Amino acid sequence: MADDASAKTNLSATTEELLKYYRDMLLIRRFEERAGQLYGMGHIGGFCHLYIGQEAVVVGMEAVKKDGDQTITGYRDHGHMLACGMDPKGVMAELTGREGGYSKGKGGSMHMFSKEKEFYGGHGIVGASVPLGVGLGFANRYRENDSVSLTYFGDGASNQGQIFEAMNMAQLWKLPVVFIIENNQYAMGTSVKRSHSDTHLYRRGAAFGIPGMEVDGMDVVAVREAGRQAVEHARKGEGPYVLEMKTYRYRGHSMSDPAKYRTREEVDHIRETSDPIKRCEQRLSENGFSDEDQLKGIDKEIKAIVKGAADFALESPEPAADQLFTDIYA
Amino acid sequence: MARMTMIQAIRSAMDVAMDRDDNVVVFGEDVGYFGGVFRCTQGLQEKYGPQRCFDTPISESGIIGAAIGMATYGLRPCAEIQFADYMYPGYDQITQEASRIRYRSNNDFTVPMVVRMPTGGGIFGGQTHSQSPEALFAHVSGIKTVIPSNPYDAKGLLIASIEDDDPVMFLEPKRLYNGPFDGHHDRPVTPWSKHEMGEVPEEHYTVPLGKAAVRREGADVTMLVYGAMVYVAEAAAEETGIDAEIIDLRTLLPLDMEAIEKSVQKTGRCVIVHEATRTCGYGAELAAIVAENCFYHLESPVVRVTGWDTPYPHAHEWDYFPGPARVGAALQKVMEDA
Repeated sequence: MADDASAKTNLSATTEELLKYYRDMLLIRRFEERAGQLYGMGHIGGFCHLYIGQEAVVVGMEAVKKDGDQTITGYRDHGHMLACGMDPKGVMAELTGREGGYSKGKGGSMHMFSKEKEFYGGHGIVGASVPLGVGLGFANRYRENDSVSLTYFGDGASNQGQIFEAMNMAQLWKLPVVFIIENNQYAMGTSVKRSHSDTHLYRRGAAFGIPGMEVDGMDVVAVREAGRQAVEHARKGEGPYVLEMKTYRYRGHSMSDPAKYRTREEVDHIRETSDPIKRCEQRLSENGFSDEDQLKGIDKEIKAIVKGAADFALESPEPAADQLFTDIYA
Repeated sequence: MARMTMIQAIRSAMDVAMDRDDNVVVFGEDVGYFGGVFRCTQGLQEKYGPQRCFDTPISESGIIGAAIGMATYGLRPCAEIQFADYMYPGYDQITQEASRIRYRSNNDFTVPMVVRMPTGGGIFGGQTHSQSPEALFAHVSGIKTVIPSNPYDAKGLLIASIEDDDPVMFLEPKRLYNGPFDGHHDRPVTPWSKHEMGEVPEEHYTVPLGKAAVRREGADVTMLVYGAMVYVAEAAAEETGIDAEIIDLRTLLPLDMEAIEKSVQKTGRCVIVHEATRTCGYGAELAAIVAENCFYHLESPVVRVTGWDTPYPHAHEWDYFPGPARVGAALQKVMEDA
């Protein structure tokens, strides 16, 4: 079993690749910042779990996906949708509960889907989406395509019983599923140390013989290389793989988070030393890239996209009352 | 025409559905190699191979969750939960995922899944192998709940359920697997081979979801029943000599409101029978519907005859079970109240 503590791969990327990752991570960061602002202004109600700090995970994994590979995740899902290529306007308008949202405002922050982008949600119940990810893996095998189900969940969800049911089935039937545990260290306000008997979450599949790997989830290139290994393993028919992405969320669990479970210093330290976007900039400069204007240009482009999304999300009409009763049955 | 038990009819439904559509897969605990604890899937693995009919681990949440994932991708999974009492670990998946994916995906994704489960008493299984949880399903919008009462309906309703684009909970009354049990536990059960509803075509046909069937026409009182209670109602009507109209609901959601209203407006009286516990049981919903829609036609209060509000008993099964004597007493009561 390859329960390596880290990927033994050549961690380098081309400047062109890094610029794409930089752009995609920046889109998520700025989108989420804007979502946080709209929430503060009262335009978004209910739940809103921001992905800021974890951008390298989805962007790195996206780089190893092929057309047809599915993505499914829990409730901190905005980053996954943007990484999948879903329209920021539709995502933001779902947050504001408008007609133009991906679910016409009926799903909200945690519940969006896209058949076109093979995005299977957006699920608000912690851990409940993981057996669905295994079902997608089964469907791939049944249809004899070579697609892989990327099944994301968090450190908190990794304690749910149904995860283990799902892992057992995935390994028993050698299904093409990559279990991606985004270990951002805190299940709401409970740290991994206070809730996991074994804090090495890459070993969650060990009882079933599923290989696991711990990955620096703050480094997009490390994520990509680990992801490549796991996805290839699954695609070749060798069964599921567990990737533990060591990552960190800068913001609260949701918008109502007193943040008493960690110190300001801890958050600042991670931001200064491990920020995935800064790490990407460092990699660019190690590659000899020094075109500040190009980065500024990307920044400007992203700002315009996010502004467009926010404007759309505020201008789109509220869903009509009769929408309450549609889409329940065929 | 072939004569089938309810078990054979259910098996025939899956056989026909698998034969017609490669997307149909059948699985559950002991479903493949063993052929199902009640033998409902016997022979399907041999015929269709282990890719299409297979055993799962004892993991109800995993079974139902994986079925939902398969269904969103376009398969038509037909999963078996060995006893309805075992579905609770998967109830999260049924209520939070299966029932709502259409709604929260803007109709982009659907869950054409069937979860079959044997329901009710009949094998002296006590509190963990005898429950009737249909009200827990009927309470959830986005899923359909079906309970057949005979082999012909079981096959037609199951095929319709598998072909339906929404998730269906398919509850199979264990008491009826081998014959139309009428509640007289001290008498032998008539086998399905001697009952007209045991005549089942070998080929494909459907019985539509949402349509009740009138099992006995009558003028005096409407009996709203489903599953095993159809035959208890028939016995009670016969034994009391009261001219009851017996409506077999067949599906609880969608519910055939028209059939209920038409009958109660005609008879002016209503007795509701189910084996499940009383409080917040499906009968409460039926009573409310009758009160809301037929109040001015009623000549006496609606009466429910149900299991008691206790765990399903072992030794006291026949005290718990709403048999012909209790149902007959209810019929007499609504007639006297007039």
